[in-house]
Amino acid sequence: MHRIVLSIRWVGRLTIRACAGVGRFTIFTAHAFSHVFRPPFYFRELLNAVLAIGYFSLPVVALTALFAGGALALQIYAGGSRFDAQATVPSVVAIGMVRELGPVLCGLMVAGRAASAIAAELATMKVTDQIDALTTLSTDPVKFLVTPRVVAAALVMPVLTGVGDILGIMGGYLVGVYRLGFNSAAYLQTTLQFLQRPDVTSGLAKAAVFGLIIALVGCYFGMNSGRGAKGVGRATTGAVAASSALIIASNYVLTEIFFPA
Amino acid sequence: MTDPVIELTEVGKSFGSNRVLRNISLTVGHGESFALIGSSGTGKSVAIKCILGLMRPDTGRISLFGRETGGRDAAMYDRIGMLFQEGALFDSMCVWHNVAFRLMRGERKLAPARAKEIAVRKLERVGLGAETADLYPSELSGGMKKRVGLARAIATDPELIFFDEPTTGLDPIRATMINDLIRGIVTESGATAVTITHDMGSVMKISNRAGLLHAGEIVWLGSSDTLKTESNPFIRQFVEGSSEGPISVAI
Repeated sequence: MHRIVLSIRWVGRLTIRACAGVGRFTIFTAHAFSHVFRPPFYFRELLNAVLAIGYFSLPVVALTALFAGGALALQIYAGGSRFDAQATVPSVVAIGMVRELGPVLCGLMVAGRAASAIAAELATMKVTDQIDALTTLSTDPVKFLVTPRVVAAALVMPVLTGVGDILGIMGGYLVGVYRLGFNSAAYLQTTLQFLQRPDVTSGLAKAAVFGLIIALVGCYFGMNSGRGAKGVGRATTGAVAASSALIIASNYVLTEIFFPA
Repeated sequence: MTDPVIELTEVGKSFGSNRVLRNISLTVGHGESFALIGSSGTGKSVAIKCILGLMRPDTGRISLFGRETGGRDAAMYDRIGMLFQEGALFDSMCVWHNVAFRLMRGERKLAPARAKEIAVRKLERVGLGAETADLYPSELSGGMKKRVGLARAIATDPELIFFDEPTTGLDPIRATMINDLIRGIVTESGATAVTITHDMGSVMKISNRAGLLHAGEIVWLGSSDTLKTESNPFIRQFVEGSSEGPISVAI
């Protein structure tokens, strides 16, 4: 009997903690969004965030997409050859990249790089009283630190994904033409022939949502970090783990919305 | 006492079962320089954070400039300057941007050239040359960071200035310099000042009235001039730095 009561108490405590966390994150998100269209606007902070999240993530996104596209071409060729469907390589690589691999890989790469950097930066600012200092200098820390990062991430993620899509398809093309013996012109023609606008736009829309997740989660963990070096470390790892999991989960939901069975 | 600038009425704050502030009441008058003293962990910083609206008290009432505070109020912060313990300078900004932060935002929104001019003047006031204006906080020593923090706190000539442990972590010579600076700034500006410290040198030099916080309660309030001759056992132990007395401190 005592064990049952303890178990129920444990489940209850866990549920309350989870609900409280979701509630706090929702309020935090609403607070950040409430400043998007309200002056003053911090354009300098926005530009810095665009550079930090977008420009500096470009190399890692480009490399990942290029090799993922190449590997995808090899896999589809190997799998397709079992039922004589090797010719589908160009179209499946293109559709696979722009719908799924492009946005998800880009999201995970940026989550690993930018969410951790945002969380570490804001957590350090919190530990060293810089966030309290902002408040005493008549500046809302969420407006100054969070909103520019959220807007920047939502703007640059589709651009990064677009670049990743192109490089992924190029990776597939290089492997298809120089390794698997496809005709160059035919490969490109098939790629363009089967690729439709909704394939591309849905992938870019997913990327924008992933951008919001990365920035919001990074900022939330940073602004709510514990004290000391341990607190900063926990905020950083927590931000990467939570944003990656949320990207994967939301990718499924968005795919259901864009391409219902 | 002159018009009260700060009024705390039975303010209480707890973290879980730990009661950090126990119904403290305190008034700081206009133009007064008040020091809140006490051992580490007695709730001094929590008290200041409650006054500044950075933390919400569980019980009681806090008024600033005759108006009850209900949290973070940008208009109220415009009248306040704050020197944080470690300076709390923004790492991503150079020194003059840190000092001119408030000058270039809000209703003032000065042009960068004018804001820099004022920032350099404030830096000179705290003994730093114009050559430090373009440095970044990571290039400064601990004492210089404190002085830049001080220049930022007085950049807009506030009516009320808070100093959080202004001499902690500084050698005696630099501590004396910071104390002299604070005293000079408070005297010439006529601002109300509140200093949190456990450095008795700072208390004697900067403040004209002090309160001793122990276990979340103010156990002594009086003139800083009488600190050395005070018979209150709490204040005696604190001034003498003795381990014998009513204040028991765990190491």
